[in-house]
This record gives sequence, C-alpha cells and structure tokens, in this order.
Amino acid sequence: MTTATRQKSLWAIGNTVVIVVAIVPVLWIASLSFKDPSTITDATFFPRKWTLVNYRGIFDTSLFTRALVNSVGIALIATFLSVVLGSMAAYAIARLRFPGKGLLIGTTLLIAMFPAISLVSPLFNLWRQLGLFDTWPGLIIPYLTFSLPLGIYTLSAFFREIPWDLEKAAQVDGATPFQAFTRVIAPLAAPGMVTTAILVFIFCWNDFVFAISLTSTNASRTVPAAIAFFSGASQFETPVGSIAAAGVVITIPIIIFVFFFQRRIVAGLTSGAVKG
Amino acid sequence: MSGTAAPRPGAAGVLEAPPEVRPQRRRARPPLSEGARAERRLGWLLCAPAVVVMVAVTAYPVGYAVYLSLQRYDLRFPGAKKFTGMANYATVLGNGLWWTAFGITLFIAVVSVAIEFALGMGLALIMRRALVGRGAVRTAILVPYGIVTVVAAYSWQYAWTPNTGYLANLLPSGSAPLTQQWPAVFVIILAEIWKTTPFMALLLLAGLSLVPEELLQAAKVDGATAWQRFTMITLPLMKPAILVALLFRTLDAFRIFDNIFILTAGANDTRSVSILGYDNLFTALNLGIGSTISVLIFIAVAIIAFIFIRGFGTAAPGQEVARQ
Repeated sequence: MTTATRQKSLWAIGNTVVIVVAIVPVLWIASLSFKDPSTITDATFFPRKWTLVNYRGIFDTSLFTRALVNSVGIALIATFLSVVLGSMAAYAIARLRFPGKGLLIGTTLLIAMFPAISLVSPLFNLWRQLGLFDTWPGLIIPYLTFSLPLGIYTLSAFFREIPWDLEKAAQVDGATPFQAFTRVIAPLAAPGMVTTAILVFIFCWNDFVFAISLTSTNASRTVPAAIAFFSGASQFETPVGSIAAAGVVITIPIIIFVFFFQRRIVAGLTSGAVKG
Repeated sequence: MSGTAAPRPGAAGVLEAPPEVRPQRRRARPPLSEGARAERRLGWLLCAPAVVVMVAVTAYPVGYAVYLSLQRYDLRFPGAKKFTGMANYATVLGNGLWWTAFGITLFIAVVSVAIEFALGMGLALIMRRALVGRGAVRTAILVPYGIVTVVAAYSWQYAWTPNTGYLANLLPSGSAPLTQQWPAVFVIILAEIWKTTPFMALLLLAGLSLVPEELLQAAKVDGATAWQRFTMITLPLMKPAILVALLFRTLDAFRIFDNIFILTAGANDTRSVSILGYDNLFTALNLGIGSTISVLIFIAVAIIAFIFIRGFGTAAPGQEVARQ
C-alpha cells in the first residue's frame, strides 16, 4: 500500500467509527419502537418481529397527539418571535453606532450563561399568579428569552458579512434607515435568518426543564415532558415501545434539518462561535 | 447619512422647539448630527424589545428568587409563610444532600468536559483534515447535537437496562449499572459526552480556521513534527476559541438536568444540583428551599464564569463585536 492509500484508509476508519458512534443510539431507539411488545425485552439490536403497533398506540392517545401539537406550536411561535427580535437587535449591533451597545452584548452573554433551573422556582410562582402557568405563552416567554442570545450572536455574525455599501446606496437613493433594513438588508440576511431559525427551533424543541416545571396538563405539555408521563398497559409494564415510538417521531424533524441544512447548521454554530 | 434632509414630522421629540432654538441645542451637544441621532434612536429602538424580554424574564425572577429564598414558604402550608432571613441557606448548606449533589455535579462537569475536549479536538481535526467523507462526518455528528436530550437519555437507559438492552448484555449478568451510584454516574457522563461532543467539536472547528495554513506549512518545512505543530502552533493560536468552548460547555454541564432526570431520576445519590432544586420544589413543594437552591446554583455559575474570564483570560464572546 502506498502512503496515500494508507492515509486514506486510516481516515476512512476514523470516519466510520465516528459515524457509527453518532448513529447507534438513534438506531437503537428506532429499533425498540418497531419491536413487538412480546419481544421488546429480548435485547437484540434489531427487531426480530417488526410491528407498527407502538406507533398506532401513541397516535391513538391524546396524551401524545396533543403534546405534539403543543411542541410544534410553541416551538414555531417562539422561533418566529426570537428571529424577529433577534434580527432587530443583531442589525443594530452589526450596523449602527449607539451608546450602550457594549452593555447589550454583555447582557446577552450573561443570559447565555444563565442557569435555567434558577428561573424555575420564581417563574413557577409568578406564572401561577399571572395565570401563565400551564399555558403556551408560559413556555414561549422563557424559550424566547433563552434563545435570544443564540439568535443575536448568530445573526450579528451573518449580518456583518452583508456589504455595507448596498445599505448606503439604498439610503442615498432616498430610503430611510428602516427601509434600508426591510427592503435591502433583510432579503440579503435571509440565509442567516433561516440558519438561526433552525438553531432556535432545535433549542425550543429540545427543552425539558421548563416543559416539565411550568406545565401540569395536556394544555401545554410538550412531547419531551409528556413522554415522562407515559404509562404502560398495566402497572407492571413499562411503556418502552410507546416511549421509543414517541422519541422517533420527535426525532424526525431533527433528522430532516440535519440532512437538508447540514452546511447551514455548521456555518451557524461556527460563525457565532468565532466572531460573536 | 440620511436624516440631514427635510426633518421628518415628529422625528426627534423636538416638535415644540421652534427653528430658531435649534442652533442653541446644537451648541449644547455639538458632535451629534441629526443623522447620528437618528442612528442612535434606531439602535435603541431595535434593541429594546430583545433587551426587555431578556431582562424582564431573568433579572426580575432572580430578584424574586432571592426574596423567596429568605422566606419559610412551604406550598403545603402557605399559611405558615414567614420571613426567616438566611435560615434556608443555613439549612441547605448545612445538609449533606446539597454537598453530595454539588460534588456529583462538579465531577460530571469536569470529567465530561475534559473528555469532550479531547474527543472534540479529534473530531474537529477529522472534519478539517479528512481526505474522504468529511461531509458524512459533519452530517452524522449533527444527529447527537440536534436530537432531543430526553430521547437520547431513554435510548441510553434502555441500552443499559438488564434483559432489554444491547449494552447491558455485554456486562456480567446480574449487573444493573443504573441502580448503583458510580456506574450510574458514568452512564450519565457517557450520555452527556455523546450528546455534546459535536457542539464542542464545531466550536473547536471554528477555532481551527483561525490557524493560518501557511504557518503550519512553514513549520513543516522547518522540520516540526505533526505533534509539535499541533502543540506549538495550533493550540496557542486557538486558545481564545478553546477557552470560550470550555467556558460554555462547563457552564452547560454544571446545569445538567435532562439526562439525570431520565436515567436515574436522581436515585442512589446521582442528583445534580439542578435535580435537587427540582425535587425540593416539585416533590417536597418547598418554594423557600427550592428558591434557595436556585440562587446557590446561580452563584456557582457566576463563580465558574468569573474564574474562566479572570483566571484564564477567556475573552468574553462579544468583545470582538464591541470592538467593531
């Protein structure tokens, strides 16, 4: 073997190990979800008897379907708001000169490092008094707060790549700074905004701490929290199949993002890291 | 800049000021042109909503948590609510449960971040240098990054459950790692590493791009080995990115909640401080003690951040932004 081919095969082995390690736990939960209830404890990695009964089971209960609606709705609304507010702030950071910018960036950084659990007890009590406990806004608000730092960093990194001159040209042509923002910069910024939206959506979709603390019923419980309340057909049966099936369902959007937006997600995570 | 043209009606809040007064105002604050002022206002206006949301939902509740932590406030006996000063802090800090949880949390954070750093660096190098299959690796590692932590935690839990799991079967029969303290802690660390190494790797990959290729080539020509190039060129140049990655991951690991909640629910002394806080709030329904733990976690996180930023000279992310 020449050195080149040897190097190539070494890289190939390294790559394969990484890919296998990354994928196996996901395959395992998928395999569990397709196992027949009678074979679920057979410990084989692949199902011996394939079935869809676990999926049928979870889609038959409002516990899961309602939680899925909550998850999708809450994550989408929080993502939308976060990208809108984040874009405004990021535009100001990247393009405008104004006093207090350093303070804003410092605040954003502090929030990014903030331990979510520290908010759980005060928010639990406040939300009960304000009637926000176990409602969609009750989750959307903390998601918005904690996704804004991520959004602002990623977006301002993208916004700084946009050529200044176009905005100036628009303003010379008579556009106000606001028009320059909506008509010229926003379309150029769209790729960065899509990337940010994906990252923020993943963040909201993933949350468990708030979802389990600030909800108590189907009214607003998201899937990660609802899974924890699944119960088996009898007390002696753990609902492994249902949990696995629900887990697979909420993993599907993530897999779609990863396959179609892989470059963007990497670009988003790395750009924010170096410059922001 | 714009704005120097015809003044827009209602623009500056100087509506009542007659034109002849304006030069006086100008003299009072000479360097600010109309355009600069419009820019300022727009800047504040654009940032205001984000700032309000971020501050209102964090600063106020933290203040409220401090207030609650000074009270005896048991939700089962709301009538017995009473200001008790630092009594809750004495209770928590004088209790072995807190220190056990604190020790476990620190152990998990330090061990998982250390291993993640080593693995993440390897992954970053693979993603930058691999001759084949870079795209496949990038796609694959985004799966653990993106997957819902709770789902991954269930996958690990069932994998290590005797009779059910493919991993538990590899162990000597009769062992159930999740039912013993240290084996369970290591399963938790494994789950944590699997989930967050990709994030570390991507941050380090961003840092790697700061290392100029010519410098590495020059060193190679001068006879530096791969290891020397890595330790004497790559690492020092990446130091800022490394410190930021370590800071963020350490703080994140210190907040660990999801994995432990699913894997052990804190049984057999595997509680992290976050789990302890949750248990006191929702199992014991003690808002006073729960808030005290919240405040203590907040202080611990602040201390860790302070050590990184002052002790290691981590550039706070955003400083670059401020300079531009």
